[in-house]
Amino acid sequence: MSNWIDVCTLDDLQPDSGVCALVAGRQVALFYLARIQEIYAVANFDPIGKANVLSRGMIGDLGGEPMLASPLYKQHYSLKTGACFENDAIRIATYPVRVIEDRVAVKMAGE
Amino acid sequence: MNNKQTLVVIGNGMVGQYFLAELVSSAAKDRYRIVTFCEEPRPAYDRVHLSDYFAGKSADDLSLVEDGFFQNNAITLYLNDKVVSIDRQRKQVLSANGVTVDYDKLVLATGSCPFVPPVPGNGRTQCLVYRTIEDLEAITAAAKQSKVGAVVGGGLLGLEAAKALRDLGLETHVVEFAPRLMAVQLDENGGALLKRKIEDLGVTVHLNKNTTLIKDGEQCLHKMHFADGEMLETDIVLFSAGIRPRDGIARACGLDVGVRGGIVIDNQCRTSDDDIYAIGECASWNGQIFGLVAPGYSMARSVAAHLAGQEQPFTGADMSTKLKLMGVDVASIGDAHARTPGALVYTYQDGRADIYKRLVVSADSKHLLGAVLVGDAGGYSTLLQYCLNGIELPENPDALILPSRSGQPAGLGPDALPESAQICSCYAVSKGDVCNAIAGGCATVPALKAETKAGTGCGGCGALLKSVLDCELKKAGVEINTDICEHFPYTRQDLYNLIRVGRIKTFAELLDQHGRGLGCEVCKQAVGSILASYWNEYVLEKPHIGLQDTNDAFLANIQKDGTYSIVPRIPGGEITPDGLIVLGKVAKKYGLYTKITGGQRVDLFGARVEQLPVIWKELIDAGFESGHAYGKSLRTVKSCVGSTWCRYGVNDSVGLAITLENRYKGLRAPHKIKFAVSGCTRECAEAQSKDIGVIATEGGWSLYVCGNGGMKPRHADLFATNLSKEDLIRLIDRVLIFYVRTADRLQRTSVWLENLEGGLDYLKSVVIDDKLGLCDELERQMQHIIGSYQCEWKTTLQDENSLKRFQHFINSDEADDHIVHVEERGQKRPAQPHERRHFQLIEEVA
Repeated sequence: MSNWIDVCTLDDLQPDSGVCALVAGRQVALFYLARIQEIYAVANFDPIGKANVLSRGMIGDLGGEPMLASPLYKQHYSLKTGACFENDAIRIATYPVRVIEDRVAVKMAGE
Repeated sequence: MNNKQTLVVIGNGMVGQYFLAELVSSAAKDRYRIVTFCEEPRPAYDRVHLSDYFAGKSADDLSLVEDGFFQNNAITLYLNDKVVSIDRQRKQVLSANGVTVDYDKLVLATGSCPFVPPVPGNGRTQCLVYRTIEDLEAITAAAKQSKVGAVVGGGLLGLEAAKALRDLGLETHVVEFAPRLMAVQLDENGGALLKRKIEDLGVTVHLNKNTTLIKDGEQCLHKMHFADGEMLETDIVLFSAGIRPRDGIARACGLDVGVRGGIVIDNQCRTSDDDIYAIGECASWNGQIFGLVAPGYSMARSVAAHLAGQEQPFTGADMSTKLKLMGVDVASIGDAHARTPGALVYTYQDGRADIYKRLVVSADSKHLLGAVLVGDAGGYSTLLQYCLNGIELPENPDALILPSRSGQPAGLGPDALPESAQICSCYAVSKGDVCNAIAGGCATVPALKAETKAGTGCGGCGALLKSVLDCELKKAGVEINTDICEHFPYTRQDLYNLIRVGRIKTFAELLDQHGRGLGCEVCKQAVGSILASYWNEYVLEKPHIGLQDTNDAFLANIQKDGTYSIVPRIPGGEITPDGLIVLGKVAKKYGLYTKITGGQRVDLFGARVEQLPVIWKELIDAGFESGHAYGKSLRTVKSCVGSTWCRYGVNDSVGLAITLENRYKGLRAPHKIKFAVSGCTRECAEAQSKDIGVIATEGGWSLYVCGNGGMKPRHADLFATNLSKEDLIRLIDRVLIFYVRTADRLQRTSVWLENLEGGLDYLKSVVIDDKLGLCDELERQMQHIIGSYQCEWKTTLQDENSLKRFQHFINSDEADDHIVHVEERGQKRPAQPHERRHFQLIEEVA
């Protein structure tokens, strides 16, 4: 079972940049790609730099795939799948996001 | 594998080591069991750059031996042991430690020793030589109890030694027997200019001085007596009056030696015994001894080839040299003294910029025989190519040394070079070799370096290598992709011009008009930097925030655990006691780790993202400003204390540094920019290792540009001298904006200049002579940036919207519980993984 958890308003997000939210005890990085009107949510923990910093990475696309660059060592992660472009063995968690009437919610797998 | 022969190499200096490396990469590798003796306590190191040892390089930095080289190649190395005799009948060598080794082939690479003139008193304490790391250690130890040092010998090595003494803070003298410095390489005028320049740097030069006696001094440890009756008091005497080949063991076993010493060798570098070779400075070829490393390498290659059953005869060597002596460019090519019958001479002298150039050409003016360059050795590579390859000279050869005021620098395009032209003299790589590698698929400079080794020795041929590559790729119709990334088919410079001409103010506009996709961290940062350099708007405004890397986005420097460090600006490194107390109090209050930076300010580490605004509020209330340590922008203007306090100071370096730092603070650029200002030529601020360096002289300020410390150090180039403060600032304005406009992304000024077509001369023609008619515009742009400066932290603290970003969670006031600090040496630092486990354990128990 999984739940949609209300997180913040659309206005709390930073266009073309990231913020970090505390969702059911987990650190989630939320990115708002204003140009394509998409919001993505991934785990905030950088598995290579070993720190909670991914929300502070820069975003864009590589070959059309929306991506995030780690602010520490610059590895790229797909915002859709969480796959690391530089290392097949590494993947970060991704979470579904929805917006209803300006409220942003993230779906977490249930306990 | 008992059929292997034994090869013994005596000596593990630069040439001996080079020989081993050549041999193990050749076909002869499997034929020999290799044994080598090294009398020094460490294997081969770079003697050519020995003076770097005083500049902070360690013995390890100077090492020429790759890790594991001897083990991986199964070479037996006897360290700290030397061969004392050779028994040619039994084909056996005996070492000082009593080791005997039977050899089939023997290579002597025993090198040379410094020549100590037979002057009474030359064995006194603190009478030293300059050749090994142990010598340097002895010099350093002696310098600690000395005020004055004198070098005997004004040749190449002597001047290097003088630099070392000067760097150790001694009053330095050079005593030369001949009537000029570098008598072998330079003519009278060149030597005179070099003397003047070196004396400007605070070294006293004594010419025509024949030392006859050294005895007790009155003020100093020694008094040197000269044949002309004059005397000099000094605490250290450093002999650097030439070298003598070490041919002792060769003599003792009956090998032929030359009249002027040296083991006689033939074109295969064989001695009078067919099983014994000699290479490097211990060898005498055709009556000549070669005191440079490149000919030694060339001999090593000959022997390695011969042992592999190939012929690669040694046929003499070019003794041309180019070097920087105490920051002064000096070069000498071929017949510098015009000794060839009928030789014609052209000279050019620039009294203002202190440059001297001399060309020696053949009687028919068709070929270059030699050259001397002092003060500016920029034309060296071109001239050397003319000389070595017999390329026909242009109709007016003097064009090669006259400054290029009309446009293109008088360079020699790589297309004009014959296939045989040597591109890299360290590894003897010809243009043909480079072209073959390019044809074989090498399309970048790093690939070429890996394939041919060209450019991996002294690195002096780097620019030439690149131009050959570009030229060949162009000829092959290969388009060199210089696009910044997949989102823009443009270089950074193109993007700059698109933004300037189209008056574009946001990334979205630029992407709409000229790009595709969403962008990435590469183009976003580059465009963010260009927009900031050109329009200078607040970087955290909504349209710009996504273009900032995390450091710029949070106006602080991210550390490994996701916390940030804070660096308030301390212009010129001058700070009041009250200012220091504020920094101390703030650090204490917020538990920050503090460290003094290389740029003369204080770095406060360990601030959580949500603490940044509160900490900055306290700093700004106390009068501090953002230090821009997070930006690709002006960092610091380092200074020495200057004439205000220092008894040697010539001008107020601190005052100027503060003026410059306040003028250029906040300027965003392709990469960070560092300045320094020294109050006299002792150069305590190390200005010549900075992007912009300023040194006070009696005649005014000297400006140096495009230096770098860091990963790839580069000595800054002297740009202009005797400047007033106003003229100095005008030139710096222009250089900086020209750099901002034309450099690649993340390109420091040093690399920018090396890649700038036409190099330093071109930069001077643009910035000093206004060849492009740009100077007014460059100055106006700088005025705009200075006029629109804001302390980004002050602006941020007044902007509710921006402040919202400075919290770890958008929906909670909690802090990041993953950040764990422990204590070390009385301060905090991030916990290491094992300490973190310990911490968690305690928490669980609790």
